[in-house]
Amino acid sequence: MITTVTVGLGSCGIAAGAGKTFEKIKAMKEQENLPFELQKTSCIGMCYREPLVEITDDTGTYIYGDVNEDRAVEVIEKHINQHDPIREYIVYTDLFEAAENDFIQSQVKIVLRNCGYIDPESITDYEQRHGYTAMKTIVMEKLSREDVIKTILDSGLRGRGGGGFPTGMKWKFANASKSEQKYVICNADEGDPGAFMDRSVLEGDPHSVLEGMIIAAYAIEATGGVIYCRAEYPLAIKRLNIAIKQAHENGYLGKNSFGIRGWDFDIYIKEGAGAFVCGEETALIASIEGERGMPRKRPPFPAVSGLWKNPTNINNVETYANVPWIILNGSAAYAKYGTEKSKGTKVFALAGKIRRSGLVEVPMGMTIKDVIFKLGGGIKNNKRFKAVQLGGPSGGCIPEYLSDTIVDYDSVNATGAIMGSGGMVVMDETTCMVDVAKFFLDFTRKESCGKCTFCRVGTMRMLEILERITNGKGQETDIERLEELAYQIKDNSLCGLGQTAPNPVLTTIRYFRDEYEAHIGHKKCPAKVCRPLLTYTVDEEKCTGCMVCLKNCPAKAITGERKKLHLINQDLCTKCGVCFSKCKFESIVLT
Amino acid sequence: MRITRLNSKQTETKAEAVDLRLLDPLIEKNKAKKGNLIPLLQGAQDLYGYIPREVFGKLSDECGISLSDMFGVATFYAQFRLQPVGKHIIKVCHGTACHVQNAKEISEAIEESLRIKDGETTEDRFYTLESVACLGCCSLAPVMMIGDQTYGKLTGNEAVKIIKNIKLSENN
Repeated sequence: MITTVTVGLGSCGIAAGAGKTFEKIKAMKEQENLPFELQKTSCIGMCYREPLVEITDDTGTYIYGDVNEDRAVEVIEKHINQHDPIREYIVYTDLFEAAENDFIQSQVKIVLRNCGYIDPESITDYEQRHGYTAMKTIVMEKLSREDVIKTILDSGLRGRGGGGFPTGMKWKFANASKSEQKYVICNADEGDPGAFMDRSVLEGDPHSVLEGMIIAAYAIEATGGVIYCRAEYPLAIKRLNIAIKQAHENGYLGKNSFGIRGWDFDIYIKEGAGAFVCGEETALIASIEGERGMPRKRPPFPAVSGLWKNPTNINNVETYANVPWIILNGSAAYAKYGTEKSKGTKVFALAGKIRRSGLVEVPMGMTIKDVIFKLGGGIKNNKRFKAVQLGGPSGGCIPEYLSDTIVDYDSVNATGAIMGSGGMVVMDETTCMVDVAKFFLDFTRKESCGKCTFCRVGTMRMLEILERITNGKGQETDIERLEELAYQIKDNSLCGLGQTAPNPVLTTIRYFRDEYEAHIGHKKCPAKVCRPLLTYTVDEEKCTGCMVCLKNCPAKAITGERKKLHLINQDLCTKCGVCFSKCKFESIVLT
Repeated sequence: MRITRLNSKQTETKAEAVDLRLLDPLIEKNKAKKGNLIPLLQGAQDLYGYIPREVFGKLSDECGISLSDMFGVATFYAQFRLQPVGKHIIKVCHGTACHVQNAKEISEAIEESLRIKDGETTEDRFYTLESVACLGCCSLAPVMMIGDQTYGKLTGNEAVKIIKNIKLSENN
């Protein structure tokens, strides 16, 4: 068997230097004429260990982590030339207990079934792993549109973009609308800060999304397909373009797609121009039509009147990637995973103060605690777990004591957060919850399209209050005022953005009211994040009078002489924290 | 609201010669298509690095789209620039993961070092500083991107050092 060396070249891998690692290995191979095949793949999810290099030889498969250029030389030298795998660098293998084995083994990979296993720029690789077999089966067994829709309905698949609407129902409505032109759209406008699931699927397995769209198009008799993708994802766009071209060459797209006479289904990519609100389906359609991405009133729903006023089915990337697997393995196999009302698996992007940040796919019904501690490896730097933010700017913070909540749509909704697209940002004791709420509100305020008054003006007013609180000017009635505004915005906004924008504030007030009260009443930030509320003082016991802080203070607020106690003049102090970081004796105290 | 990002200072376009003939192939390609406004603006920005004032006029005349519609769209989306940008754009990520890992420090250090604010360009047109929502490299937070290169696990000092090095290496 030929030994293969595969380098993970997803965006995160490239950012960590995988490109250089690849070039280094390539150069070594050419110079020394080494006997292995060098391949590329995308993200396998272990972003925290990038760059990753996988070596498969007669003995088995080994994944090496943190392979920079130097380590690459070492690994190739030892493993390939001397047949001696370097155990301490191996993060995953079937053969023995490696550092990250449990990370891979606790997952159920349906959406990410090919990510990190195939070369995303090769249609042959995809086909070798049952790619396009689902659509071929539909054609060969002459499954009717209704059969396909029924399979999706029975599988219990719900929209993975955040809404959680049953996918089969959407298809059913779109199929019921009669029109000569119909469209399927893939929502790849992943604007949620802290989420990168869709990007990884598009970069790692673009054909699975195309196949999902083709099946949806077949089910509703669509003639055109559009992928609305963020312009910030250049690699995803590049790989999608390659995939579309290959699908054309193989007759899967274009005239008589899949040999179905008279069905000329085609897909093109539309680059989003940067507006979070375009994740909302009616805004997204407006944007494809070349307008400002502003949502409109529903009904009529896109299934009746969508793109260019034709019936349109919109699903998200992850939803489409599930579809071929469901058709191939049957609805029962899919529904085996998950809870009563949320079937299958969900991909989460773990980020923030977590040890293993990266991408995981778990069956619905796993507890949040298990996702963070079993898969995510717990909190970085042995800090205390405080909360997890789910669902991005539309979601909320779930506190530690609710971490036994299971991941399914209804359980997460009950906490006031939402499942959202799958961003899971973990926070520890050094994260200020009022600051987090302010961060999200600042985001939604900027991204509000301005159509509805409550969303446009209300988010601004809420932000002003939060700024006041974090600046130490909070007033007694501010919490009530925030809640009042929050409910008004929720009740009086047209689209999801406005209806959910107050969620981060509402959940942090609900679970971390004491932090708000500390900011307002005591003018203190317990997590020591909000700068205007901090006080720097000198610990008399520890100060050696070394003059380092004094020399470095940009505001000249520190006085003292050599070997004598220094003092910080609070009126001059700008709270920049330079003294705190420069002091070698830990004698600057932060309160 | 998105539109408030536009203040009067941003709308002034410097009096620079803009070769409008470059637009002809773009107009030819998109003129008859429906929903062509965003591709036209994206194409124009690819050509000039931003959308000069004169370009609006020409696109409007030749494609029959009203100036107000064009301006409305151009100011709605974060992607479009109405001002020329520096040779290098520094994109500092302010996604959630970067925010909780102190992305603010990175921006502030760069602002102080280059003496520009977020969204501005240095006088020598070498750098433009931008905050972006999420670069999707959350595991490397805090992150910034210059050109195609992403720099992760930064501190303010490191970010400033990187910026100075790029400038030095190009000046030599």
